[in-house]
Amino acid sequence: MKNITAVFLKQIKETFRNKTILIQFLMFPVMVIIMENAIKLENMPEHFFVKLFAVMFVGMAPLTCMSAIISEEKEKNTLRALMMSNVKPFEYLLGVGAYVFIMCIIGAVVFAVCGGYEGKDLLEFMVIMGAGILLSSLTGAVIGVFSKNQMSATSITIPVMMIFSFLPMLSMFNESIEKVARITYSQQMSILINGIGNAGIKPESIIIIAVNFVVASILFTLAFRKKGLE
Amino acid sequence: MENAISINGITKSFGEKKVLDDINLDVKKGEILGLLGPSGAGKTTLIKILTGQLSAENGKSVINGINSQKFSGDDYRNFGIMMDNFGVYDRLSCFENLKIFARIYGIKNDKINEALESVGLSDAKKTPAQNLSKGMKSRLRLARVFMINPDILFLDEPTSGLDPATADEIQKMIQKEKEKGKTIFLTTHTMTEAEKLCDNVALLSDGKIVEYGNPKEICRRYNHQKKLKIHLTDGTEKEIPHDENSAEIISELIKSGRAETIHTTEPDLETVFMELTGKELTA
Repeated sequence: MKNITAVFLKQIKETFRNKTILIQFLMFPVMVIIMENAIKLENMPEHFFVKLFAVMFVGMAPLTCMSAIISEEKEKNTLRALMMSNVKPFEYLLGVGAYVFIMCIIGAVVFAVCGGYEGKDLLEFMVIMGAGILLSSLTGAVIGVFSKNQMSATSITIPVMMIFSFLPMLSMFNESIEKVARITYSQQMSILINGIGNAGIKPESIIIIAVNFVVASILFTLAFRKKGLE
Repeated sequence: MENAISINGITKSFGEKKVLDDINLDVKKGEILGLLGPSGAGKTTLIKILTGQLSAENGKSVINGINSQKFSGDDYRNFGIMMDNFGVYDRLSCFENLKIFARIYGIKNDKINEALESVGLSDAKKTPAQNLSKGMKSRLRLARVFMINPDILFLDEPTSGLDPATADEIQKMIQKEKEKGKTIFLTTHTMTEAEKLCDNVALLSDGKIVEYGNPKEICRRYNHQKKLKIHLTDGTEKEIPHDENSAEIISELIKSGRAETIHTTEPDLETVFMELTGKELTA
């Protein structure tokens, strides 16, 4: 536990001085506060920006941060120094993962407040966000583990992040995109968030998110077995 | 004296290339062993095998009585590793960099301050690592090793790329650790460093140990010329055979006041390495 705590506390100090990571945590929560208060159009669905940006936030922030943190440590050989100090790979990943998860959950709280969720709806929203953050973090970890350095991590992260964060928005305008997007957890999150308070939770969404989780876990295991944290 | 490190028949290949070929070495407790060889000789690979970062194809290495391929948990507390490529957290201060590892090893803050003091980084305690010079970063990496207070130190090219003054400072720090009774396994391609610090050196070339022993003894062993070099007061040099007549010649030169300094012409490690391998040590 002390190793996980050491990695977690290291990450707090490191990231608060790393603007590129910090901006990922702040960008969408800040944008949602501004947009929700500044833009009010007729016929616009209630809390439109909360629902839109929440999914984009989950598809982008945890994924980008996890892959950037891991790949930077690999590139700069700080990860090797940790491993040689008896920090186990799972302790490192849990330490970093816990940090990213908590930071994103704080962001999710901002969305929840802006969306005016209360009671059961609030719980539902946070569970959906939590599941999405977990899945995105796992996907980011796959990319981080697989990449040799920050450059290769960025080149993989950008297209993957675009798929998960922008497909739900694009699927609003195109039916074909919507059909493809259905298999992604972020699209299902979007459906679930939009259904809070009226449509309820569809089993189909839960199954797709679970399948996404299994696929991400398999990819992570394969990446870790092939590359480790070297 | 008991061995701190025992290396028996270590062999390692990367693809077709044999990087280490049947390496056998013993390092006694409290000894500094220098592994000397040019870049690509296999020095870092051997350190990685000894510290459990790589596995050997054949052979066995035992560190403090434990097979290095089976290191786990607290075994890592017994030795400190400073690899040339180990990074530091650029955005964190020197103190914060050490604090991470202090948490892992359960070390108190005063030990961090002591470690920073021992490498002369007390004044830079709050300086972010990204603002440190290369030499200061090396000292910070060394402080990370000293802080753990391990029995055995593995130092991979500790003075590589540093200016002579900083290299000298680091060598003094390593010497201090030896005086505390630590066993030190260091790799270098600088012969002066090896001659200055090491009790024994192993010359490594193409994955094989081509010579082993005390640096001065090795140099004496390869002193085929057996000559004396005399610097004369007129600025010229005179070389005479080191035999039964040399005392008479030297005596005459001293009496006439012409001899300024007298040297033996033993080869240095660089020359020995060249003789053994046909390669330069610093290549």
